[in-house]
Amino acid sequence: MKPRPMPRVLIALLFLCTLAVPVQAALTIEITRGVEAAMPIAVVPFAWEGSGAPPLDVAAVVEADLERSGQFAPLPREDMLSRPSPGKPVQFRDWRLLGIPHLVIGRVVPVGVDRYVVEFQLFDVFRAKALRGLRYTVPAARLRSVAHRISDQVYEALTGIRGAFDTRIVYVVRKTGPDGKSRYTLELADADAANARPILRSREPILSPAWSPDARRLAYVSFERKRPEIFIQEIATGKRERIASFEGLNGAPVFSPDGKRLALVLSKDGNAEIYVMDLATRKLTRITRHWAIDTEPAWAPDGASLAFVSERGGSPQVYRYYFADGRIERLTFDGKQNLRPHFSPDGRLLTCINLDEQGRYRVAVLELETGIMRVLTDTKLDESPSFAPNGSMIIYATEIRGKGVLAAVSVDGRVRQTFQVEGEGDVREPSWSPFLD
Amino acid sequence: MAKRWQIVVVVAAGMLLTACAGKGTKPEETGEVAPPVEQRALPGEGATATGTGLGAGAEGQTLDGGQVQQEVHPLDQPDSLLSKRIIYFDFDSAQVKEEYRPVVEAHARYLAGHPNAHVVLEGHADERGTREYNMALGERRANAVKKLMVLMGADPNQIDVVSYGEERPAVLGHDESAWSKNRRVEIVYKRR
Repeated sequence: MKPRPMPRVLIALLFLCTLAVPVQAALTIEITRGVEAAMPIAVVPFAWEGSGAPPLDVAAVVEADLERSGQFAPLPREDMLSRPSPGKPVQFRDWRLLGIPHLVIGRVVPVGVDRYVVEFQLFDVFRAKALRGLRYTVPAARLRSVAHRISDQVYEALTGIRGAFDTRIVYVVRKTGPDGKSRYTLELADADAANARPILRSREPILSPAWSPDARRLAYVSFERKRPEIFIQEIATGKRERIASFEGLNGAPVFSPDGKRLALVLSKDGNAEIYVMDLATRKLTRITRHWAIDTEPAWAPDGASLAFVSERGGSPQVYRYYFADGRIERLTFDGKQNLRPHFSPDGRLLTCINLDEQGRYRVAVLELETGIMRVLTDTKLDESPSFAPNGSMIIYATEIRGKGVLAAVSVDGRVRQTFQVEGEGDVREPSWSPFLD
Repeated sequence: MAKRWQIVVVVAAGMLLTACAGKGTKPEETGEVAPPVEQRALPGEGATATGTGLGAGAEGQTLDGGQVQQEVHPLDQPDSLLSKRIIYFDFDSAQVKEEYRPVVEAHARYLAGHPNAHVVLEGHADERGTREYNMALGERRANAVKKLMVLMGADPNQIDVVSYGEERPAVLGHDESAWSKNRRVEIVYKRR
């Protein structure tokens, strides 16, 4: 087993130049901590059956995905004794010698104008057995996405957990313009930080982007008219609608799991309270009634309850509201404050930001059944944690060396990554998309 | 913005005083040490200054016997409590501290005496904690100032409240010295 050099930098955008995609704020992902005994795997460069150079090094994308998960240690290409491809017998002995238990091979075949067949196979080396194999036919622009789907297949076959590589993230970038004033962009990128592109630009703050469950729309708060208002924007068309512009706060929008309602925070009735808006009728239902601050709602995956933050007990803590009977229970008791809850996709865990006695705001996970809370990070100014759609990782914003960056941590705290924006600028408010299909 | 304006006024007044009083006084010193200075400016006519130590009651008098001109707007007088436009808060608190009550009261009185005047109270928080919670905290701070102003005689319709949460820090930085300057309510006059 090879020792993992740490930290290990991956330039996630290495292959972007082959695609004609405008890159706005290039992000790099750095694995700052991996699993001690990451599983060795070999991803053989895919055979290219066309002329010239292949449009994308598919295997390299798969390899980077698996490595970034922290659970796999891909074998360097120069250490490979042979480079098998589909259609020919695999010499399993070559891989057993290297102690590699799993092998991914594949090929890319051009089949027409801007059409490619991509094929892969995953083998159990020691049992000399094919575990999975699939074939995709796509244009060049979709090759990256196919590579992520292959990573998803491999990840699922070997860990039993659905992969979340073919997903996206949304986040806000703040930069200082030539006039010294801030510029804000709402940006969308693949989960590996590639293909970053702005979907909204403003001279005023943007915050709290939230995905619709079908991953087609985003709700967010924009100050473009010098006060907070909630918009819903269709990602594909850019079409958007102002959904809430009441007096006072309009904040913290989150779609219900069925996509028909939006939980949000309004202060039109005096102070910050949680409401639910029916998106078809725009009718508002008030959920909380308290003089204390109530904010940051999060839907439970079954839609039957909402977690939210309230300082009704003297300090901000996470509470849960049940739609069936209107009951409210307190969920967090550890630490001075607990903020910004978000449920895991299976509803068993809740991630939030925990403030401890030393003044550190860190990502924590609460196991709802036992009430046991664990802190996962060792930074000091963490914000906005959200689960990957497969529940394996939590993406969040933090501050490193005076700069706002995105980071991700595995639910068991063993794997950590940071996403760094190139050059000047603060990155914040990440939200991981649902599965795209 | 308000602060910058205030400095301009102080420096301008100081320079004028220097000009009037002759040599030996540095403008910065004048700005600080000679409190009751009134700067007068008429659009297009330049400015002149009244003498020191005369205070607000000295309107109409001049040092050099020059002509009496229009007085400085009370909101622009650098030595007045009205020139202070920022109220600072403790961590995670929306309580207006005792030391800032005179400032709030001065503005409340001004609003009461000028029914057409209108202010926006901008609530802000430091970067610690989450953004939406800080939005609510910023609003709560601005509302606390508004409530006090209303108790002290301002009409609630003269006061708008907007929270920027932690989105608009006054000072960049990640330590208490920056944070303490960012936990604030700014009083912004939209109409005088």
